[in-house]
Amino acid sequence: MSARDPEPGRRIGDTLLQVQHISLAFGGVKALTDISFDVREHEIRAIIGPNGAGKSSMLNCINGVYSPQQGEIRFSGSTFRKMDPHKAATMGIARTFQNIALFKGMSVLDNIMTGRNLKMRSNLLAQALYIGPNRQEELAHREKVEQIIDFLQIESVRKTPVGRLPYGVQKRVELGRALAAEPRLLLLDEPMAGMNIEEKQDMCRFILDVNDEFGTTIVLIEHDMGVVMDISDRVVVLDYGKKIGDGTPAEVRANQAVIDAYLGVSH
Amino acid sequence: MLYREAGQFRTSYAADQQLLPIRQDRILMAVLLAVAFVGVPLFASDYWLTALLTPFLVFALAALGLNILTGYAGQLSLGTAAFMAVGAFAAYNFQLRVPGMPILGSFVLGGLTAAVVGVAFGLPSLRIKGFYLAVATLAAQFFIPWLLVKVPWFTNNSSSGVITSQPIVILGYVFDTPGSKYLLVLAIVALMALAAKNLVRSRIGRAWMAVRDMDVAAEVIGIRIMRTKLIAFAVSSFYCGVAGALYAYAYLGSVEPDGFNLDLSFRILFMIIIGGVGSILGSFLGAAFITLLPIFLDVLLVDGALALGLNLPSGATSMVQLVVFGALIIFFLIVEPHGLARLWQIGKEKLRLWPFPY
Repeated sequence: MSARDPEPGRRIGDTLLQVQHISLAFGGVKALTDISFDVREHEIRAIIGPNGAGKSSMLNCINGVYSPQQGEIRFSGSTFRKMDPHKAATMGIARTFQNIALFKGMSVLDNIMTGRNLKMRSNLLAQALYIGPNRQEELAHREKVEQIIDFLQIESVRKTPVGRLPYGVQKRVELGRALAAEPRLLLLDEPMAGMNIEEKQDMCRFILDVNDEFGTTIVLIEHDMGVVMDISDRVVVLDYGKKIGDGTPAEVRANQAVIDAYLGVSH
Repeated sequence: MLYREAGQFRTSYAADQQLLPIRQDRILMAVLLAVAFVGVPLFASDYWLTALLTPFLVFALAALGLNILTGYAGQLSLGTAAFMAVGAFAAYNFQLRVPGMPILGSFVLGGLTAAVVGVAFGLPSLRIKGFYLAVATLAAQFFIPWLLVKVPWFTNNSSSGVITSQPIVILGYVFDTPGSKYLLVLAIVALMALAAKNLVRSRIGRAWMAVRDMDVAAEVIGIRIMRTKLIAFAVSSFYCGVAGALYAYAYLGSVEPDGFNLDLSFRILFMIIIGGVGSILGSFLGAAFITLLPIFLDVLLVDGALALGLNLPSGATSMVQLVVFGALIIFFLIVEPHGLARLWQIGKEKLRLWPFPY
């Protein structure tokens, strides 16, 4: 288990996302308290922590599903008091969900095509007639979507309704739908939860390839420490809504507060 | 054997994305259209055309409209008949009050008026879902016929509230025979069904289904939920509005607001439930089931009783017909809760392999 070596072709850039003093409460329950961290361009940033630490809430604040009561979010040069999901999507933030949130009645192809909806322009009438520009647009986007299908190696199921697919493949389709938007920042909420070792290896490879080939910045929540330590550049540790650690995998592993949170302390 | 697609290779995305990628489907569709456009008007009797086929097509169009809203966008509505009423009465008034208005223009404007009204009654869908939304659309169902009765202007001061549709004249040709009315309705329904099919396989259709299946995920990938739902209400009501106009002009000839009651809304809802929620084909199958089956049962029972030499009391056949019809609905819902369209799809998948099990 070691942090991965910086590769020559892959440069960590400037700060892409900065979360500043975010606090989020649901009634009396404080989900997040004064969280600040940053994500640099092209890096893989992991968020770890025990169950209920506020990891998913953090992602929900970044792409605007939740509105934090305090703090602000800085993404690629502009500062927001709070995000809204549509704005986040137009600025290039895509995500996957902890519990798969695919469109169950639609085929794999349609699910991934839906991920490109912000890039499509033709109006309602053109869509109803399915002529000229709309037809060409559908075909052009189909080609892009097929590249993603190739990349994720799900060619054989492209016309299958996603509800019929096994869990691991559904996770992959969800990654595909997020990739279809060609995001700058990809938020992955436990992409490897419930997978066996081979599926985890596949998923790790896809995440690393996305990062290498498309230069996508990735924020990832994961419970498998082996995976986290292997693939991430830096790690944030949350516990009970507070940040208790931040740094490279080696630093985090040596952090006494993190060890206490995971293993417990004797009183 | 007949339904094998082996050897039909699609080598471009264009070929793969066409409407009917399988050759047998294209042949079947061509035959079906030929029968509907040429065969039926040549051989069907006036009774068949006026009492069976024209209402079937009109109801299929209304079911199509409801299916766009309920089946594709996932918004349950009980106001279908109300939107049909808006279409019928708006078309009537445009035809009546705008001199030189072409009849097809009236139909389109009727549909557009229904779309506007549909959007207004769709606004609650932004906050409420499911059964609660169904109750909200019930408001439309009660309010619109009431309004049409209360304001005499809508019915051109007709004392009974009944309006009699103007004759259908297009480019000097009068559509007054059952055959010509049937052909007009068929052409409109075929074109609108094609447009609906195109919509549901384009961006807006995918957005509807995304909102239906998982609205949070849809929002996160940039779909505007409110706009998508309201477009669904508008398009759906447009279809229902045109169906209402055809119902008045091509089928009944004279209609009253109370004819567009909750019963009719439920009938159309049953059509899509039996035919297949979220399926264009299902709208047609469901409309056929609900409008045609009772009549076939009736004929069957009367002839059957005659053949067996039974002398049934009058009224008994209609009772038996209702019982059999209800039993058939339950039977089909148990066999395939996803509707006749799904049965057809399963049949096609089996046919591809037939006579082998897999």
